[in-house]
Amino acid sequence: MCQTCGCALPDHLQHASNEHDVHTVEVLEGLKAHNDEVARHNREHFDRAGLLVVNLMSSPGAGKTRLLEATIEALGARYRLAVIEGDLDTENDARRIRARGVPAVQITTGSACHLDAAMVHRAAHALPLDALDLLFIENVGNLVCPASFDLGQHANVTLLSTPEGDDKPLKYPVMFRASDLVLVTKTDLLPVLDDFDVDAVAAHMHRLASAAPVMALSSKSGPLDAWLEWLEAGLAEQRRPAFHPVPPAEEACLLTRPQGLV
Amino acid sequence: MHELSLCRSLIRQAGRVAAEHGALRIRRVCLRIGPLSGVEAALMREAFPLASRHTLAEGARLEMTRCPVRVHCPLCRQEAEASVNDLSCPRCGHWQTRLTGGDELLLVSVDLADAPLPPTG
Repeated sequence: MCQTCGCALPDHLQHASNEHDVHTVEVLEGLKAHNDEVARHNREHFDRAGLLVVNLMSSPGAGKTRLLEATIEALGARYRLAVIEGDLDTENDARRIRARGVPAVQITTGSACHLDAAMVHRAAHALPLDALDLLFIENVGNLVCPASFDLGQHANVTLLSTPEGDDKPLKYPVMFRASDLVLVTKTDLLPVLDDFDVDAVAAHMHRLASAAPVMALSSKSGPLDAWLEWLEAGLAEQRRPAFHPVPPAEEACLLTRPQGLV
Repeated sequence: MHELSLCRSLIRQAGRVAAEHGALRIRRVCLRIGPLSGVEAALMREAFPLASRHTLAEGARLEMTRCPVRVHCPLCRQEAEASVNDLSCPRCGHWQTRLTGGDELLLVSVDLADAPLPPTG
């Protein structure tokens, strides 16, 4: 590094002579502008198809796939579901979903620690969006990176399994602040854990100024009711007819009448 | 580490600005980063030279301004500085505050030069 000005060139003198050529251009644009644009495009696809898209995030092993299996079991007969699976490698999770008769697209990210909007866009095109009610995106297991990338989803759900400890919201504020719902999972393990307090999770969410609901469940032994109701309410909201003002008939007529017929 | 993919996207953005101005080199890139953006300045600094190799931004300087976390309390009707994992109002303790700063992730400006990259090695 150049010791004179801190630039990455080894020899500052090489560029010092051109100093007068430099001019500053103000940009003021978000660093994720490109991803955000693709995410907006995805959301348009999803909105047009009238389905609810939920992005599931958590540490590895918090029970995202198990939750999906239980959700498919509970809602599969009434709603048309599909899953986009994000993993560094293997098709294992997609296989578990397909075994339950639900279409699943596996994205293997290689070394990437998160899904981005372009990956989801490609995967979404492999699904019959018009023939779906609910689409789950199972993000890469990671409490850091996935929070920074909008995928075009309608809601973020973060899972926090009881063995992880109840203070995760304070340790990963970016992830939990971005959550619309926190699901405490593996509550069947609570009897053997003496240091997990479900109420503390809600208190920690308040410290992050988040009013996101906190629900506790076990995908193995239930109860799933609150989670299923939340999904159904979300879908109903997504399908509520939006108000589109219609221009007065006469005006519309004038605008569309071909010239010469007036 | 998502900082590498963010750096690549940053260099694409800066490259677009350079192309619009017909510049041959990017000499400096200025960012504004808040601690709640989910981006680590130190990792950005490491990723930038890798992502800028063989681009107009090769050899450019990356400058990052860190923004403080700030919240507005609807009860006190005032803004105050807060910490990343405690966004409640430091005055009255009310938790339903609104974040007014600290999640920035912004490309502020780019310094462009007309001279091509000097031969290295």
